Amino acid sequence: MSEKQHIQTAAAPLVRIRNLHKSFDDFEVLKGIDLDVQSGEVVALIGPSGSGKSTMLRCINRLEVFQKGRIEVDGMLVGYREVSTPKGVELRELSPAQISRQRADIGMVFQSFNLFPHMNVLENVMEAPMAVRKMQREDAETLGWDLLNRVGLAEKTGAYPRELSGGQQQRVAIARALAMQPKLMLFDEPTSALDPELVGEVLGVMKALADEGMTMLVVTHEWGFAREVANRVAFFDGGKIIEIGNPEQIFSSPQEERTKVFVSKVI
Amino acid sequence: MTEGRITEPLRPRRHPIRWVIGIIVAVIAVDVLRGIAANPAFQWHVVGQYFSATVILEGLKATIWLTLLTVSLGFALGTLLAIARLSHNPVLRVVSWTYIWFFRSIPLLVLILFTFNIAYLLPTIDVGLPFLPAIFSFDTNSIITPIGAAILALTIHESAYSAEVVRGGILSVDHGQMEAASALGMSGAHTMKRIVIPQAMRAIIPAAGNQLIAVLKGTSMVSVIAVGDLLYSAQAIYNRTFQVVPLLVVATLWYVVLTTVLAFVQYYVELHFSRGTTRQKPTTPVQRLRRALAALVSRFDRDEAEA
Repeated sequence: MSEKQHIQTAAAPLVRIRNLHKSFDDFEVLKGIDLDVQSGEVVALIGPSGSGKSTMLRCINRLEVFQKGRIEVDGMLVGYREVSTPKGVELRELSPAQISRQRADIGMVFQSFNLFPHMNVLENVMEAPMAVRKMQREDAETLGWDLLNRVGLAEKTGAYPRELSGGQQQRVAIARALAMQPKLMLFDEPTSALDPELVGEVLGVMKALADEGMTMLVVTHEWGFAREVANRVAFFDGGKIIEIGNPEQIFSSPQEERTKVFVSKVI
Repeated sequence: MTEGRITEPLRPRRHPIRWVIGIIVAVIAVDVLRGIAANPAFQWHVVGQYFSATVILEGLKATIWLTLLTVSLGFALGTLLAIARLSHNPVLRVVSWTYIWFFRSIPLLVLILFTFNIAYLLPTIDVGLPFLPAIFSFDTNSIITPIGAAILALTIHESAYSAEVVRGGILSVDHGQMEAASALGMSGAHTMKRIVIPQAMRAIIPAAGNQLIAVLKGTSMVSVIAVGDLLYSAQAIYNRTFQVVPLLVVATLWYVVLTTVLAFVQYYVELHFSRGTTRQKPTTPVQRLRRALAALVSRFDRDEAEA
C-alpha cells in the first residue's frame, strides 16, 4: 500500500460545493449537497444507484445544469458569474464559450469510455490540446506519446479504439483527459463497463495518478480501491451525502444507520 | 477409438433444389436477353448511330451539371434545415419542419411546373426588408428561365429530402461523443465539425447516394419545360426521325452508365468514412467477384475429384 497524500485541510479547497439542488422534471436528484475537496485529495463517492453521485459529478463540469446552489473549482464559479444588482447579488449564466473554457481545466472519464471511434489512439489524445489549447501538432504528438506511455499503451498509438480491449480503451480515455493538464479529474464509474480481469489495469493507472497528487473525485463500486487510494469516502443516499469520512470509518465503523445497512449489504 | 484417429472429412450439406431453381431462372434470364437483342424494333444500329451523337452528348452534359449543381445546393440547404430542426430555437424548428413537410409532399413534376409558371404568382421579385417597399425589383421572367426554374425546383426538392438524411445522420451519433467533446472543452462548432459530422457521414453517405441517383433521374422531368437535358435531346431527335424506341434506349443506357459510376464513387466514399468501425477493410466489389469465382471453381474441382 502506497503512501496516501497528506492533505492540508487549512488551505482553501480546490472544489467547493454548496447547497447543490438538481431536478429532472419533477424528480429531485440532488437535495442540497455540500462538499469540500482539498487539492491533492482523492474522494470516493459511493452509494446505491440513483442516489445522485454521478449527477453531482456531472454538475461539476456542467454537463448537467442545476437549479440551486453553487460550485467553485479553484476559486472559479462554475457556469455563472456574480453580478451585483440593486436587488442584491445574482448569478448569470456564462456563454457556451466561457463554459467550454472552464471545462477544459476539469478532466472527465466516463463509464462507457466515449473515445472518438473515427480517430486512432494518438489522435484521440491530440485532438483537444490542438483544438482548445491551440497546441502545435508536433507538441501535441510528443504529449500524446508521453501520456500513452504513462498509461502503458505506447505500442497502441496507431490502433483504432475498436481494436482495443475495454481496459485499454479506458486507459486511453484517461490519457486523453490528462492531455488537457486538468486541475481536477472526475471519474464516473470508470470500471463498471469492464470485464473483471480488466478492472485492475485501469485502477492501477488511477492509483498512480493519485500518488502523483492529482485531485480526484471517483464514483465507484470498487471498494478495495476506495479503501486503499481514497483519502475520504462520501456515502450518498436519496440525493444527499449521508456520511463522509476516512475509508476506515465509513467501511468499518459507520455512524449513520443507512450507511451501516448499505455497507453490510455490499461487504 | 483414440483421439488421433478422428479425421473423417466433414461434408457440407448439398443443395439440389437451389441448383434447380438457379438453372430455371438462368434459362429465363438468357431468353429475355436474347429476345431483347433479337427484337428488330430496338433497331440496335440506330442506337449505335446516336449513342455518341453531339446532341445527345450535349444533353448528357446538361444532365450531369444540373445533377451536380442541384445536389450540392440542395445538400447545403438541407444541412442548414437539419441544423435548424435540431436547434434550441423553437421558431427555427417549426419553420424547418414545415418546409420539409410541404416540399416532400409535392411531386417533383408538379414542383417543376409550378416554378416554371411562377411569374403568374409573382410577376416581380422584390428585394428589401419585410413589410417595407422594395429596394430592387426584377421582372420574374427575366430570372426564371426554363433552366432557372429547373434549378430552383430540383434544389428545393433535394433540400427537403437531404435535410432528413442529414438529421438522421446527426442523430445516429452516440450522445456520449458530444459529452466527451464538451468535457474536453471543445466548442460546439468544433465538436460538430471534427467529432459529430465525420461519424454522421457513415449514416449519411448511403442515403445521400440514393438521393444523388434519384436526382440524376429526376432531372429527366425538366424535359417537360424544354430544358435540353439528356431525355429532351433524345426526344428532339425522335420527334424528327420517329425512331422513338432506339433513342429512348440511348437515353436509358446513359442513365445506367451514370448510375453505375455514381455507385462506384459511393462505395469508395463509404470506405473512407468507415475508418475505425471495422477491424478489417471491407472488400471491393471486384475482390468479392474474384473470390466468389474462386470458390465456385474450387467446388467444381472437389466434385470432380470425388467422381
